[in-house]
Amino acid sequence: MGKFVGKAVKRREDARFLKGAGTYTDDIKLPKMAHTAFVRSPYAHANVLSIDIEEAKNEPGVIAIYTGNDACGEFGVPCGWQVDFKNGETMREPAHPLLTKDKIRHVGEAVAIVVAETLEQARDAAEMVMVDYEELLAVTDPKQAMEAGAPLVHDQWEDNAAFDWCIGNDRAEVEAALESAHHVTEMEYRNHRVAPNAIEPRSYIADYDVNADKWTLYTSTQNPHLIRLLLCAFVLGIPEHKVRVVSKDVGGGFGSKIYHYTEEALLTWISREIGRPVKWTSDRSEAFMTDAHGRDHVVKSKMGFDKDGKIVAHLTDEYCAMGAYLSTFAPAVPTYLHGTLFQGVYTTPLIHLNVIAPFTHTVVVDAYRGAGRPEATYLLERIISKAAKEMGMDPAEIRFKNFIPPFDGVEEAGYQTQVALQYDSGDYHGVLERGLEMLGYEDFRKEQAKAREYGKLLGVGFSSYIEGCGIAPSAVVGALGARAGLYEVGHVRVQPTGKVSVFTGAHSHGQGHETVFAQFVADKLGIEMDDVEIEHGDTDQVAFGMGTYGSRSLAVGGSAIIKSIDKILEKGAKIAAHKLEAAEEDLEYAEGKWTVKGTDKSISFGDVSLTAYVPHDYPEGLEPGLDFSSFYDPSNFTYPFGTHIAVVEVDSDTGKVDVKRFIACDDVGNVMNPMIVDGQIHGGVVQGIGQALLEEVVFDEAGQMINASYMDYAMPRADDIPMIETDRTVTPCPHNPLGVKGAGEAGCIGSTPAVVNAVVDALAHLGVTDIQMPVTPQRVWKAMQN
Amino acid sequence: MIPAKFDYIKASSVSEAVDLLDKHGFDAKILSGGHSLIPAMKLRLNRPEVLIDISGISGMDSITEEGGEIVIGANCTHHDIATSKLVNDDLNILAQTAKAIGDIQVRNRGTLGGSLAHADPAADYPATVLACDATVVAEGKKGQRSIPISDFFQGIFTTALEDDEIITSIRFPKVKNGNYQKFFQSASRFAVVGVAVVKSGNEVKVGITGVADTPYRAKGVENAYNGSADAADHAVDNVEVMSDHFADVEYRSHLAKVMTKRALEA
Ligand SMILES: Cc1cc2nc3c(=O)[nH]c(=O)nc-3n(C[C@H](O)[C@H](O)[C@H](O)COP(=O)(O)OP(=O)(O)OC[C@H]3O[C@@H](n4cnc5c(N)ncnc54)[C@H](O)[C@@H]3O)c2cc1C
Repeated sequence: MGKFVGKAVKRREDARFLKGAGTYTDDIKLPKMAHTAFVRSPYAHANVLSIDIEEAKNEPGVIAIYTGNDACGEFGVPCGWQVDFKNGETMREPAHPLLTKDKIRHVGEAVAIVVAETLEQARDAAEMVMVDYEELLAVTDPKQAMEAGAPLVHDQWEDNAAFDWCIGNDRAEVEAALESAHHVTEMEYRNHRVAPNAIEPRSYIADYDVNADKWTLYTSTQNPHLIRLLLCAFVLGIPEHKVRVVSKDVGGGFGSKIYHYTEEALLTWISREIGRPVKWTSDRSEAFMTDAHGRDHVVKSKMGFDKDGKIVAHLTDEYCAMGAYLSTFAPAVPTYLHGTLFQGVYTTPLIHLNVIAPFTHTVVVDAYRGAGRPEATYLLERIISKAAKEMGMDPAEIRFKNFIPPFDGVEEAGYQTQVALQYDSGDYHGVLERGLEMLGYEDFRKEQAKAREYGKLLGVGFSSYIEGCGIAPSAVVGALGARAGLYEVGHVRVQPTGKVSVFTGAHSHGQGHETVFAQFVADKLGIEMDDVEIEHGDTDQVAFGMGTYGSRSLAVGGSAIIKSIDKILEKGAKIAAHKLEAAEEDLEYAEGKWTVKGTDKSISFGDVSLTAYVPHDYPEGLEPGLDFSSFYDPSNFTYPFGTHIAVVEVDSDTGKVDVKRFIACDDVGNVMNPMIVDGQIHGGVVQGIGQALLEEVVFDEAGQMINASYMDYAMPRADDIPMIETDRTVTPCPHNPLGVKGAGEAGCIGSTPAVVNAVVDALAHLGVTDIQMPVTPQRVWKAMQN
Repeated sequence: MIPAKFDYIKASSVSEAVDLLDKHGFDAKILSGGHSLIPAMKLRLNRPEVLIDISGISGMDSITEEGGEIVIGANCTHHDIATSKLVNDDLNILAQTAKAIGDIQVRNRGTLGGSLAHADPAADYPATVLACDATVVAEGKKGQRSIPISDFFQGIFTTALEDDEIITSIRFPKVKNGNYQKFFQSASRFAVVGVAVVKSGNEVKVGITGVADTPYRAKGVENAYNGSADAADHAVDNVEVMSDHFADVEYRSHLAKVMTKRALEA
């Protein structure tokens, strides 16, 4: 391609991050800034009988204490996606107040906030707030939440369902096909709840300027404009143009920082009440209790096959927890981001998924890296591997047999699934073939057989995933219940000297936009990367934006920037033609200059830029300036895919799983920066292995999370992970200008089932057919005993 | 993650520390490496009003040989122990144990005295000090005394130390043949089970941590041992085995046997 695109250019942002010089929200200290501490419920379900703040008010340094009885208790945060019942009933959407007044619905729910001069004073005074609770029975499991007599999370409805939804072919038709199938494989398991654990805890500073009657909200979010919109229009009812939301360096989100949290709105409100800037930063214990969690599906599934091992039908019923309220995107996660991927990479002709989404006495769930697609992939890739075992087929062979044949989406049409989507382009055979080659499959099977003779337990697991990202065509998602459009904004400002400032509505919280975006902008304009600056995360700088999640930044945000660059080159050509006294058609643009074809007459990008701002000798009727903003609304989702392969060894004495090799052969479309794509894959794979082997949110009967600290919540560490072997095939996306598909979530989507498949493979000769995740040593050992 | 308010006093001698401890009584806590105490204070699970920092007291961080014994100052860090030539040569099992603790930051701060005084049922050293038959040397208002390790651990976070006593050093006999085996808890990396085996001739001494609320000598294994690792089957004889989210009674008992076997075979 050009000089930068496709190269492993080192990340520009790393200079500040590696030196500890990033500016995260908590690093910001404003004059006269007040600090806060929350009083949070220790119970999962309780009535608040009384709140006594008298003593706390007199503690040193206390500025104010607010409870749900104050005005802020009237507001609530909205949900961003409406998924109705299949019978037509509207989604049940409870009020979600900033501070609860009377009813507690999860551990950590805030009943009061103390504002004080210092953080220490706020914490001390918060301990003096006396709350009288009446504890009630709680339910945390989504399936149990739907049992008759389960404690109700919201009393106004007869049961805990937020909605009951389905997708795919007619259920009766799918059931009939299963009845007559040659073989049916069944699975029942839990895709368990995990905590996202961004390394930077959530942090907010609200700063109300009395003189200007304007707010600035500094927030560790993935989508500053969306937060501003929700905050202004739906929560506080303050004018949007009076609020600036700043979200510069953010230390990871993984989906948990999409959600518009109650604390963001509450601080914004308080800042005006006290006329001072006010800060809150979550500590790790609060993060476990209040950050949106991920997953939490209880699954029952059947897949039917004909005698050749071809899938004939697939039927699944799931209970997917919402938590105590509806977070911004929770309803979309187990439905439109999940059920729509039930086709997988296979030609399954009949599919039906039913999802019941109950409220539970837990913190909410929301998108977590992959959001719905990892859960779909886990199901498909586990059940097809289980079926292969049951039918005596090789796990690679059964996949090859069922793959959708290759299609490029240009010559060959996209693939229409049974579950609403149309895949853009794909070659699912190719990635598995390459993966098998990287593994050395035949040799591995020999090694495995030999190892077994010595009592050593080796296993291999495959996962052929597809995901839908680059979200999303606004009209499509609108029809599916989204309450926002999902286009992106790209603003390119050429300065008079030819230096370029790019403002993107996408948001970087670790992805490396400052580098990758500069790479393709520089190449497209034929200038140096050093002449391009990428700005994001400030609603006063960037016209609008939907933020970053769903692996959308490059596919959607990058495309918007390309649109603006096209406009700049078009206008630049007019100026160049005028200066060169040539016709526009006779010009060509390359290496940063317009040249009259076949001559050595040319004018540089810099000269054209200067002319645009000093328009003395200038085309008649043309506006000065070189500055364009564009909105890009994608015509389809993008569909990255790949093959992940795990090789594990199980300690036969203890059940401990050691991942020996991990192979990721991904197809994310065109690759702008292979090092950054590798980095995204690595990170995702580690999180996926984390879910497979280690991570799990565990609640006790009373609804307490019993492992809410790093003493008990097991995060993957470097020595849990082998060297990750990556490779790629390239099937460009046919419908966006860069041909990119997205790489942010793929690693987390493909890896989890590969690991569990490998463990089951290692133990297959002992009769083990399934193990509940996370496959801890204890679970593996117990499975081996039966 | 902000502790409640406290005062801080840096003690310059053992007797000063003992006097301060005596004066402030229940409100005071000794601070050594701080790697058990400070996390608990940050969570406000522990809220002493006075911290008496003993980390600078001279003489409390040496490792010496005295009369055929290895004497380790209470303030020696895990790192000091893991890298001491004397320990590696003549008390290798203790170096093995120290290396299995936490990560490099923890080993650079945490101390042997702090770990023993804290008596966390999942800590590593207790297994090894039991198997080595070490002696804890403590100093209080009434002077210095030696506490045989078999009397030292009395329950979960409970030891034989009096309120005004601090550990000044720990004395170990030389151990030629010892092995420590640890099954790591996946989150904290403390011991789900830790087994220390000290062999001399046909005799073994077996210390086990993580399994019961108090670390113990596995007498069942010791009595049954006749050169065969099968004696490991007695690792939890007469023991009330703990249960948690990582290992229930059945699995933890099994692990205790596996780790004992491995240590016996090593
Ligand atoms: C992340 C992390 C991982 C860890 N992993 C492990 C592990 O794998 N295995 C393991 O065994 N431990 C582990 N630990 C604990 C660590 O080893 C601690 O350092 C040790 O348990 C306590 O030693 P300290 O010097 O830090 O004591 P401190 O925290 O200073 O004190 C602990 C307690 O002992 C008292 N005390 C301290 N010194 C004396 C003394 N000389 N006399 C009387 N009382 C005293 C204090 O008053 C306090 O009550 C870990 C700790 C952390 C933070």
